[in-house]
Amino acid sequence: MIDRYIAIQAIMQRVESNDLVLSTTGMISREVFVTHDRPANFYMIGSMGLLSSFGLGLALQSPGKRVFVLEGDGSALMSLGAMPLIATERPNNLVHIILDNEAYESTGSQPSISSKVDLAEIGKSCGYAYVARVEDMEGLEGVLEDARTTISGPRLILVKVGIAPIKDIPRVSHAPTEIRDRFKARVQSAS
Amino acid sequence: MDSKAFWEILKSRGITFVAGVPDSTFGDAYNYMVDDPEITYVPAVREDVALGIASAAYFSGGLGGVMMQNSGIGNIVNPLTSFSLMYKIPVLLIVGWRGFGGPPNDAPEHWIMGVKTPEILDLLGVPSVVMEPESLESDLDRLLAKIKQDSVPGALLVRSGMIS
Repeated sequence: MIDRYIAIQAIMQRVESNDLVLSTTGMISREVFVTHDRPANFYMIGSMGLLSSFGLGLALQSPGKRVFVLEGDGSALMSLGAMPLIATERPNNLVHIILDNEAYESTGSQPSISSKVDLAEIGKSCGYAYVARVEDMEGLEGVLEDARTTISGPRLILVKVGIAPIKDIPRVSHAPTEIRDRFKARVQSAS
Repeated sequence: MDSKAFWEILKSRGITFVAGVPDSTFGDAYNYMVDDPEITYVPAVREDVALGIASAAYFSGGLGGVMMQNSGIGNIVNPLTSFSLMYKIPVLLIVGWRGFGGPPNDAPEHWIMGVKTPEILDLLGVPSVVMEPESLESDLDRLLAKIKQDSVPGALLVRSGMIS
């Protein structure tokens, strides 16, 4: 089991300057913000469950850029129908990462059902071109290295993480329209 | 209005990236759109998913479209308030207005939303126009100007029988 914050640091270290990174509401956006704030990050500070759909749209609109979707098990479960849609639309530039701590940590670590349902198996059944389930840093580093190569469709990476809240972690301090504008400039930038 | 004329008007305003959930209001216009090589259509599984997908067009400098039935407005209330309206990300909602006029029109499941549709959009701060075939171009241009000026989503409400 990896601390989610450590997993996010490893992911953000592997992200290249041209990549778009989307993070879901709650602690995940805060941890991405604290780890590596950059204009090509879109912090979805509300709208739980909407992130993967927005990521699919961006991947289809910007085929020349890798799009990383970083969400939690609660967010993925809320919009489970988006997974077969992503798999059938088959964008080869989408890397869908579920940081699965089996809990709604941002609201007090109430248990989710992902301890009883394997989201990686759901991804396989949906038809993602690549599905990995990792539980340690070595595994995570390996799948992030794999993600550098282009394959015929979207990737799903399930990372089993622990519940390890960062005390007093700040909220994303940028105004919503500022997040939008700097992200839009990066979407439209060639490099 | 026939399907071709409807889509030519929308395409000429830059609506070429559309996601949605079908509604019988649109009839052949749905099939026309899916077959049109100038339109990219994503068959979303829910209206909120469609909104998330279509909103991406704004970031490429365009305007996305969401085709949906008004019953799906319930599924997009949170995405509208904590995504579209909060970040000010415009999108055009093309909404089949089932239950227009209330009972006894249409099926019972459409009666309440049929009456409440304009009020709900007003309450949320989403501008809307009702499609009238003879004035679609000017009404749509007015709506699109409002969408652009305020950087908000806007809705084109389409009643049954308007498009063939």
